Amino acid sequence: NNKVDFSYNQLADPNFSFYDNTLVEAVKSEDHLVYLFFLCLSLCHTVMSEEKVEGELVYQAQSPDEGALVTATRNFGFVFCSRTSETITVIEMGKTRVYQLLAILDFSNERKRMSVVVRTPENRVMLFCKGADTIICELLHPSCASLSDVTMDHLDDFASEGLRTLMIAYRELDNAFFQTWIKKHSEACLTLEDRERKLAMVYEEVERDLMLLGATAIEDKLQSGVPETIVTLSKAKIKVWVLTGDKQETAVNIAYSCRIFKDEMDGVFIVEGTDRETVLQELRTARYKMKPESLLESDPINICLARKPKMPIRVLDEIPNGNYGLVISGYSLAYALEGNMELELVRTACMCKGVICCRMTPLQKAQVVDLVKRYKKVVTLAIGDGANDIGMIKGIGHEGMQAMLSSDFAFCRFRYLQRLLLVHGRWSYSRMCKFLSYFFYKNFAFTLVHFWYAFFNGFSAQTVYDTWFITCYNMIYTSLPVLGLSLFEKDVNETWSLCYPELYEPGQHNLYFNKKEFIKGLMHGIYSSFVLFFVPMGTIFNSERSDGKDISDFQSFSLLVQTTLIWVMTMQIALRTNSWTLISHTFTWGSLGLYFCVLFFLYSDGLCLRFPSTFHFLGVARNNLSQPQMWLCLVLSTVLCMIPVIGYNFLKPLLWPVNVDKVLNRIHFCLKHPLPPPVQTKVKHPGLRRSAYAFSHKQGFGDLITSGKTLKSSAFMKKQEVL
Amino acid sequence: MTWSASARGAHQPDNTAFTQQRLPAWQPLLSAGITLPLFFCAGLAFIGLGLGLFYSSNGIKELEYDYTGNPGTGNCSLCAAEGQGRAPPPNCSCAWYFSLPELFPGPVYLYYELSNFYQNNRRYGVSRDDAQLSGLASALRHPANECAPYQYSATGLPIAPCGAIANSLFNDSFSLWHQRQPGGSYVEVPLDRTAIAWWTDYHVKFRNPPLVNGSLALAFRGTAPPPNWHRPVYELSPDPNNTGFINQDFVVWMRTAALPTFRKLYARIRQGNYSAGLPRGAYRVNITYNYPVSAFGGHKLIILSNISWMGGKNPFLGIAYLVVGSLCILMGFVMLVVYIRYQDQDDDDNDDE
Repeated sequence: NNKVDFSYNQLADPNFSFYDNTLVEAVKSEDHLVYLFFLCLSLCHTVMSEEKVEGELVYQAQSPDEGALVTATRNFGFVFCSRTSETITVIEMGKTRVYQLLAILDFSNERKRMSVVVRTPENRVMLFCKGADTIICELLHPSCASLSDVTMDHLDDFASEGLRTLMIAYRELDNAFFQTWIKKHSEACLTLEDRERKLAMVYEEVERDLMLLGATAIEDKLQSGVPETIVTLSKAKIKVWVLTGDKQETAVNIAYSCRIFKDEMDGVFIVEGTDRETVLQELRTARYKMKPESLLESDPINICLARKPKMPIRVLDEIPNGNYGLVISGYSLAYALEGNMELELVRTACMCKGVICCRMTPLQKAQVVDLVKRYKKVVTLAIGDGANDIGMIKGIGHEGMQAMLSSDFAFCRFRYLQRLLLVHGRWSYSRMCKFLSYFFYKNFAFTLVHFWYAFFNGFSAQTVYDTWFITCYNMIYTSLPVLGLSLFEKDVNETWSLCYPELYEPGQHNLYFNKKEFIKGLMHGIYSSFVLFFVPMGTIFNSERSDGKDISDFQSFSLLVQTTLIWVMTMQIALRTNSWTLISHTFTWGSLGLYFCVLFFLYSDGLCLRFPSTFHFLGVARNNLSQPQMWLCLVLSTVLCMIPVIGYNFLKPLLWPVNVDKVLNRIHFCLKHPLPPPVQTKVKHPGLRRSAYAFSHKQGFGDLITSGKTLKSSAFMKKQEVL
Repeated sequence: MTWSASARGAHQPDNTAFTQQRLPAWQPLLSAGITLPLFFCAGLAFIGLGLGLFYSSNGIKELEYDYTGNPGTGNCSLCAAEGQGRAPPPNCSCAWYFSLPELFPGPVYLYYELSNFYQNNRRYGVSRDDAQLSGLASALRHPANECAPYQYSATGLPIAPCGAIANSLFNDSFSLWHQRQPGGSYVEVPLDRTAIAWWTDYHVKFRNPPLVNGSLALAFRGTAPPPNWHRPVYELSPDPNNTGFINQDFVVWMRTAALPTFRKLYARIRQGNYSAGLPRGAYRVNITYNYPVSAFGGHKLIILSNISWMGGKNPFLGIAYLVVGSLCILMGFVMLVVYIRYQDQDDDDNDDE
C-alpha cells in the first residue's frame, strides 16, 4: 500500500499519512455524498485554528479525536481555516467559502452527539451531526435504513478491531421550520430554570430524520507495555477493573488486547439487562456458575447478611471455581447500583478475574469505585486521563477540574505503574512498616525499664537513665539508623520485585504492620526491657570492682543500662537492615560511636565542674567502662535480646510460611547459585495494536465558541481506567 | 529507566547512585548455614565463659555478719534494743567474734551492707547540691532548693553539706582485732580508710571550699552541720586530706546506691602482717552502733571479702552466661530439627510447582 499523495492540496498537514486511494478518488470526482461527508467533518466540531506562521495552520482540539478528524479532512482538501462566533471559513478544494454558524448543539454525556446548524453561501440551512452510533441510528430518516445496515456492519468491524467510531449524518432544514426552531432555541437558551432539559428538548426537535453520511473510525495506539503491565499487576493480585464510556465491543476488545480477559478463561459473563429483574437474574446466574453454594442459605456471607442486613459490612473474598470475566453495561449498572442490588454486584464482580464496565457515565465510575471501597474495605487505585475520570479519582461526582489536578500522582505512561507499585510502592510500604515497628519497639524497650525499676525504688518515679540520655535518646542516638533504614532499605532489589510481582501481596493484606505486629513489637519491647533491667541489675548487685571499690551505685547502673540499651538498639536495627549501603554502615555504627563520644563529653571533668548542678555524672563513664563485668553484662543483654529475633526470623518461614517467604527463598537461592536471572517474559500480544477509548468529547466547548471567548487548548494523552 | 541528559525535567533528581538509590549494597542473609553454627558457637563460647566466671566468683571468700541486732542474734541486740525509739540513739558498742581456720587470702576488704534502704528514691536521690560539694563558695552559703528540708537549719544557717543524703550519713564504725593464740591478747588489725572512694570523686568531683586563713573551719563558718550529725563536716577526720567534703566515708556515702540493698567499702586491709590476708586465728570486730535501721525494717551487715580479676563475689554473671549458653545450644538444636523437618517439605513444594 502506498501512501496517498496529498500534493494537490497545498494546505495538507505533512505528518498525516493515509493509505486508501479510493477515498481520494471519490473526493476528486466530487461525489456529492462524499462532499457532504467531509463538509460535515470540517464544520461539525469545536476545534480552534491558529495561524502562528503565515500559511501554517495549527489546530487546537479539546479532544484528540476531533483534532484527528479535522486534520484528516484538511488533508483531503476541506481545510477548516478559522472561525468566529458566527462564521466558519473553509477552503473546499481551493475555494474559500464562509458558512454562517447558526447554532451549535453541544455535546453532552447524555446526548453523546453534537450538531451544528449552518447557512451555506447558497443560503441553504443545513444541520450536520456526528455522534455515537447507537444514538445516531435511532435518529435516522427511514429512507437510510439500508445504508444504515451496511454502516452498522462496518461499525461492528471497526469496533472489533478496537477502533473508536462515530456516525456522521446531515439534514437540510426548511427555512420556515428553521425560523420557528431558532426562536424556540433562543428562548430555551435564555431560560433560567431547567435550561439543560429545555435545550435538550429543543435539540431533539431538530436532530431527527437525519440522512446518514457515513462513519468514522479512529485507531489509537495502545501505549507500549500496557498488556505486560496488566499481566504483572494481576500477578501481584491487583484486580483490574476497566470503567469506560466505550461501546461494549470496543471495551471487550481492549480487555482482550490488554490481557485483562484471556482466551483461556472459563467464561465471560455479559450483563446487559434493561430492567431490574433481568440484571439481578443475570448476576445470580453468573454467581451460580462460579460458585453454586454462594446462593445457598448456608453460605457464611448469606448468614452474615441475614443477621445484620443494614450494617456496613465487609464482604469476604470468595473463591470461584475458575477464571471468569464480567462485562456489564452502563444501563444495567444503573440498576445494579441501586440499593439492594449493590451487594449482588460486588459479590459477583469480585469473584471474576476481570471486570469491564462499559458505556458508563462519570458518576457511575465514581459510584463503582465507592462501592468496592465500601464493601471490600480495600485500597483502590483509580487511573484515568480525562475530565470524566475525576469523579472516580476523587471518589465524588464533581467534574470540571483537570484530572491531573485532582490526582495524587500523574505520570505519562501506563507502564510506569508497575514500577511505581511493585518497586517504589513496595519499598515504601516495607520501609514505613519497618520504621514504625522499630520505632515502637525502641521506645517500649526504653520506657518499660522504668516499670521494672519502680519495684526497686519504692515506686518513687526515679528514672533509670541520666536525664541527658533521655533527652538525646530519640533525637540523637537512635534517629539516624532508623532514618537510614527508612530511606535506603531494600529487602530485594528492583529487578527481583519486578520479576516476582507476588512480593507485592503483603501490602495488600497489611501484613507488615497491623495490630498483631504492634503487639509483637510490644511483647518484644517488654522482653527487651526485662532483659535490659534485670541483667544489669544482677551484674551490679552488691558487686565490686577489681580494686574493691563498689560500683553498685545509681549512676553506674544508669550508665550500664543506657549503654546496653544503645547496643541492643543498634543490633536490632542491624538485624532489620537487609541491605547495607555505605550510608547504613555510617548511620548505624556512627550513631553508636556518637553515643560514646557524647557520653565522654557529658561526663567529662571540665563540663561537670563548670556546671556541677546540671551534669552530675562526673567520671562515671571512665570508672565503669574499664570494668570487664560491665562489658560482659552488655554482651549478655545484647545477645539475649537478639536470640528471639534471629530464632523467630529463622523459624517463621519454615513453620508458618506465607507466599512471600517462598518467593524470597527462591530469590535467595538464585542469588546464591548465580544462574542467569530469569528474564522477564514478554507477554505476546497481537501484532496489530488496537485500542478504543471513550467518546472523549467534553461538554461546554460549543457554548464557549458561540460566546466568542478564546478556547484554551487542553491536551489529554491517554486513558485507561484501572481499578 | 534511562533519562537522557537533554530530556531532564526541572524537578528531576540528579542521576546519581545516591539520589536514584543505586548505592552498592551488601545483603547479608541469615541463612541456615550461618544461623545454626552461629547459635552453636555462641552457645559454646558462652558456656566456656560462664564456667570461667562461675569458678572465679566461687573462688572468692566472703564472710558476713548481720549486726542489726534482732533479738537473740548476738550482743548487738542490746544496742538495738537500747536505741529503740530514741533519737538520737545513745552511743553503744557491740562486737562480732569469728575465727578463721585458715588464711583468708588478701587483699581483704571490709564492707558494710544496708538493706531496705532506698537510696534510689527519687526525692532522696536529688536531695543534694553538687555545686556545694564541688567547693563553690557561693553554693556553700546558698544550698540548692532540692536540699529542702535540709537546706537551712532551724536557726536559718545554710546547712553544709545540705540535703537528705548527707544528713543520713552512715556513722557506725568498726575496728578489727586479731587474737593470734587462743587466750592471747587481741592486736588491732590496721584498717586503711583512705582510697576507698572513686579516684574521680575524691580528686575531682568533691572539693572543700577555699580555705580562709589556712583554716577549713573558718571556711565553713556560718554554716550548720546536717541535723543528724554530731560534729561539723570539717571535723569528720583529723587528717586534713580526709576531712570536709573530701572525707572518704562521706564521698562513698554520697555515691548513692542503685538498689535498696547495697554495700559500701569501709576499709582495706593491706598493711603490715596483713598484706597477704588475714592469718588464721580468732578475730573480733568492735562495732560502734549508732546507725538506726529498725525504724525502716533495714538490716546492717558487715562483710569481709577478697576479690578476683572480675571484682567481688557475684555469681550472677557466671550463671547467666551458663544459662544463655545452654539456651543458645538448645535453640540451635530446635532450629536444626525444624530446619531438617521442614526444609524437605519446602523443596517438595517447590518441585510441585
